[in-house]
Amino acid sequence: MEATLVVPPAVGGAGSATTAADSAVVTLSVPEMVCGHCIRTIETTLVGVRGVSGARANLGSRRVIVAFDAKRANVGDFVAALARAGFAAAELADGSAASESPRASELIPRLGVAGFAAANIMLLSVSVWSGEASDMDSSVIGLFHWISALIALPAIAYAGQPFFRSAISALGGRRLNMDVPISLGITLATAMSLFQTMRGSSQVYFDAATTLVFFLLIGRALDERMRVKARGAAENLLSLKSVSATVVSEAGTLGSLPARALVPGMQVIVAAGERIAADGVIVAGKSEIDESLITGETLPRPVALGDHVHAGTLNGGASLQIRVTSADENTLLADIGRMMLAAEQGRGRYVRLADKAASFYAPAVHVLGLMTFVGWMLAGAGWETSLTHAIAVLIITCPCALALAVPAVQVAAMSRLFNQGIIVKAADGLERLAEIDRVIFDKTGTLTTAEISLVEGEAADTAVLARAAALGVLSRHPYAQAIVRAARARGVSVEMLENVQEVPGSGLSYRARDREERLGSAEWCGALTPAGGEASLWYARQGDLPIAFRFAETLRDDARKTVEALESAGYTVEVLSGDRTASVARAAEAAAIKTWRSAVRPDEKLERIGELKADGLKPLMVGDGLNDAPALAAGFASMSPASAIDISQAAADAVFQGAHLAPVIETLKIARAARRMALQNIVIALTYNAAFVPLAMLGHVTPLVAALAMSTSSIIVTANAIRLRTMRLKLPSMRRGA
Amino acid sequence: MTSLAWLVPAALTLGLIGLAGFLWALRNGQFDDLEGAAWRAIDDPRPDTPADGDEARHLPIDRHA
Repeated sequence: MEATLVVPPAVGGAGSATTAADSAVVTLSVPEMVCGHCIRTIETTLVGVRGVSGARANLGSRRVIVAFDAKRANVGDFVAALARAGFAAAELADGSAASESPRASELIPRLGVAGFAAANIMLLSVSVWSGEASDMDSSVIGLFHWISALIALPAIAYAGQPFFRSAISALGGRRLNMDVPISLGITLATAMSLFQTMRGSSQVYFDAATTLVFFLLIGRALDERMRVKARGAAENLLSLKSVSATVVSEAGTLGSLPARALVPGMQVIVAAGERIAADGVIVAGKSEIDESLITGETLPRPVALGDHVHAGTLNGGASLQIRVTSADENTLLADIGRMMLAAEQGRGRYVRLADKAASFYAPAVHVLGLMTFVGWMLAGAGWETSLTHAIAVLIITCPCALALAVPAVQVAAMSRLFNQGIIVKAADGLERLAEIDRVIFDKTGTLTTAEISLVEGEAADTAVLARAAALGVLSRHPYAQAIVRAARARGVSVEMLENVQEVPGSGLSYRARDREERLGSAEWCGALTPAGGEASLWYARQGDLPIAFRFAETLRDDARKTVEALESAGYTVEVLSGDRTASVARAAEAAAIKTWRSAVRPDEKLERIGELKADGLKPLMVGDGLNDAPALAAGFASMSPASAIDISQAAADAVFQGAHLAPVIETLKIARAARRMALQNIVIALTYNAAFVPLAMLGHVTPLVAALAMSTSSIIVTANAIRLRTMRLKLPSMRRGA
Repeated sequence: MTSLAWLVPAALTLGLIGLAGFLWALRNGQFDDLEGAAWRAIDDPRPDTPADGDEARHLPIDRHA
């Protein structure tokens, strides 16, 4: 196999050809890499860039590692080369995350060791158990026990460390988690088995202890893998959000820098249709800014010299030059940051299902063990027998199945959601989503798509539309583009015109046969400014009356269906938007939402969520804008579309991709099914304990019984969880007052 | 029963070889991109691709460096 391979950073410099000081490695996120052919295209494209010494694509994580000579190439070249090959790419937002690969997991090698130990000890144990019925003499049994001990002791000492560490840190914080009884069970089982092996008795539990560690590690490893995958996917989405900026140096030359490398005082040029990379003040140019991601307002704001602009907003009109200011000067962003910090603190108090179970299970187990010891002592058995039985109780109650009960379900649920483009990032997000009883939507970008569209019917004349489109096709202004889309949708072939003039902040003009045609703002076309500030664009031909085009946001296709499904399932749906009343009312009506509020400031959104939570309700916030970020952090749970601004995506528990709103239903559906199955699993695990604890307390548990019972219950619990991957689900209805 | 004297060590040694192989593969990055590896196996390299005599492009993976 011929492949282009990456030379890693020459740390040790062991015979590597690229030991020069300026060799660098960068990780790019390429979310569109989906097949084997993509790998090849991406790698050959990158290797074709001057200065690149190697490129290695990873299809699993949708990333590519590029090794290059920093003197001869830079990241911008790679992104541009990949764009030419048809792939959107971006440098990974956080450099430290690049090392986060499945390989970094410490659990997998431990899993391998535990698996080796469990399999070999189980072989020896099966020989011993079957030997009881045949001719195996006690010296051979003793030998087998010693070999088991030889394998088990180092294996458990190494493989059990994640549990021991977690248990110690929990005890250090005066808490009990599931790892405390697990560690206690494993340690006691091993210690007692060693003691009994020395005495030549048959109470030897090495097999149970190692299988236990093996099963638990499988659960942990799957859980970790899913989380790393979800985090990686979320990072990939975020890094595509980060924009690069065209920087004007003092000498007047242009260069490209990633947005996060910008420092206050730099001058940046923002072309029409580009996102503004940093907060700043306009030093040259006049344009219109689409701030819907910041404020939820859909009407572009005209800006001119001296106006402040925010990072993440879209420059609609003409090219602008801005001077970067520090984030501190930007009171809006600083306010949002403070609000989010305060809102997030409330969320830390959520107690997860497994921890709730552990908080009553762990003490109960320890009390049972103590009771067994005291009981046997009172019954006149020696302390040695009493202790053996007490330890047997602790071994049999070691919460193997219980510890797997919740994570196994969550892994199944998260991977099912992941396959549908829904990334659940927060560790306890799925559990919180399951308890939701109210859904709050933001309007702009959430109920609606980011694109605006022409209100059909208002521009009934196809000939006029065709002329307007012919002018508009040359502009990157969102309204002009909407006209072109509408014209194409009507089957008009857009004519190409030459010598169209664009006047920044005003519009376009075209002169043919001494008649001027204009497309642009009301005053540009000589019309009276319409009342109400409706978003509009005008077309005028010299001598004729100007004609207005009105625009509305496009509701997501399935917004109405989604809202109706949610309401029929008993969820209360409402809209909180920062946009003007008229457009919120229109969107709410189209989506069949009765409760809505418009012109809501970020702090008022936060307040509304606070009110709902104070009433004992559990609101799900779905939003995408910067103005939603505090509400997303405060909501009992939160989701945002992948088109959301980076701060909001980071604050949300789950991110969904695609043009539809149905993922909200899907997430709630799976989250609730997961909760149901987690409870089911806990019941299964507890039933198993209820059946075997009396046996153990009476001293009837043998190592064979312990090994069988533990493995069976773990396998049943896991098999039950796997059902969630394929199960047909429907959104269960919420019972009022339940 | 004397056969146990060499059967048990033999079984354990074979098991350990398997374990060592697994740990080696893991550390070597063989499991880093299972999806990609599946595609690479069936992908025929075009004969003219990156071979312009640039040695650095053909260096093997050396993740221990």
